[in-house]
Amino acid sequence: MQIKYINTSRSLVVSIDGEIDHHSAADYRKAIDDEFLKTKAVNIIFDFSKLNFMDSSGIGLIMGRYKLISPVKGRVILAGVSPQLDRLISISGIYKIADWAKNINEALAKLQESEVVKNG
Amino acid sequence: MDNYMKLEFDANSSNESFARVSIAAFVVRLDPTLEEISDIKTALSEAVTNAIIHGYENIADGIVWVECRIKDDTVEIKVSDKGRGIENVEKAMEPLYTSHPEMERSGMGFTVMETFMDSVEVNSKLGEGTRVKMVKTIRQK
Repeated sequence: MQIKYINTSRSLVVSIDGEIDHHSAADYRKAIDDEFLKTKAVNIIFDFSKLNFMDSSGIGLIMGRYKLISPVKGRVILAGVSPQLDRLISISGIYKIADWAKNINEALAKLQESEVVKNG
Repeated sequence: MDNYMKLEFDANSSNESFARVSIAAFVVRLDPTLEEISDIKTALSEAVTNAIIHGYENIADGIVWVECRIKDDTVEIKVSDKGRGIENVEKAMEPLYTSHPEMERSGMGFTVMETFMDSVEVNSKLGEGTRVKMVKTIRQK
């Protein structure tokens, strides 16, 4: 997993390669939350383009991070979602709280747009 | 050709990936699509995780059994534990219901199994354990 903080949009970009299950989710959760507190990020972008597997533990992970950022009115964006992962995310209703983007760049662009709207 | 296998392992969360990889290797001879393989792995992962965190309450002091039977193009998977059992199966199977909200469980486990497999059947008895039977027919030819 790689976590990058992007200052201009106050976003954490979390790229997860490999698998998200109940076993691995605990480590991901801790790493993301540590970084979130350290950086004062407002938004979280999940990059799933290199993900091999995810079960409902990943849904719990996304829901938990949404709860983390909702007090600061941030956004969760899911990027690089494969068709298979899309089915899992769709049945979970996660798209009600998280946005979708083709890739990290599109996710960052979406954040920038909403910033312009807010300030303009 | 009909085929059968049984796995037996400690109720340790690190064995979740072992169970997934094993089942994928076993059913691959049916020539399933990537999507079908992924469906089976995801459903199995949910059932095994349930056995570990609910059946045995996250104490790695129990055994989980995974059986898989292939008959023609149909895969039948049974996941069993001798853990605490489920008091109310109907409630446990409701979407978003979780007995462990503090663990960030989404409560979607059974819903995922039902979506990705053709049928799911749960047998549980308090104090004796739980058995989940899932069936899926591989349609790709």
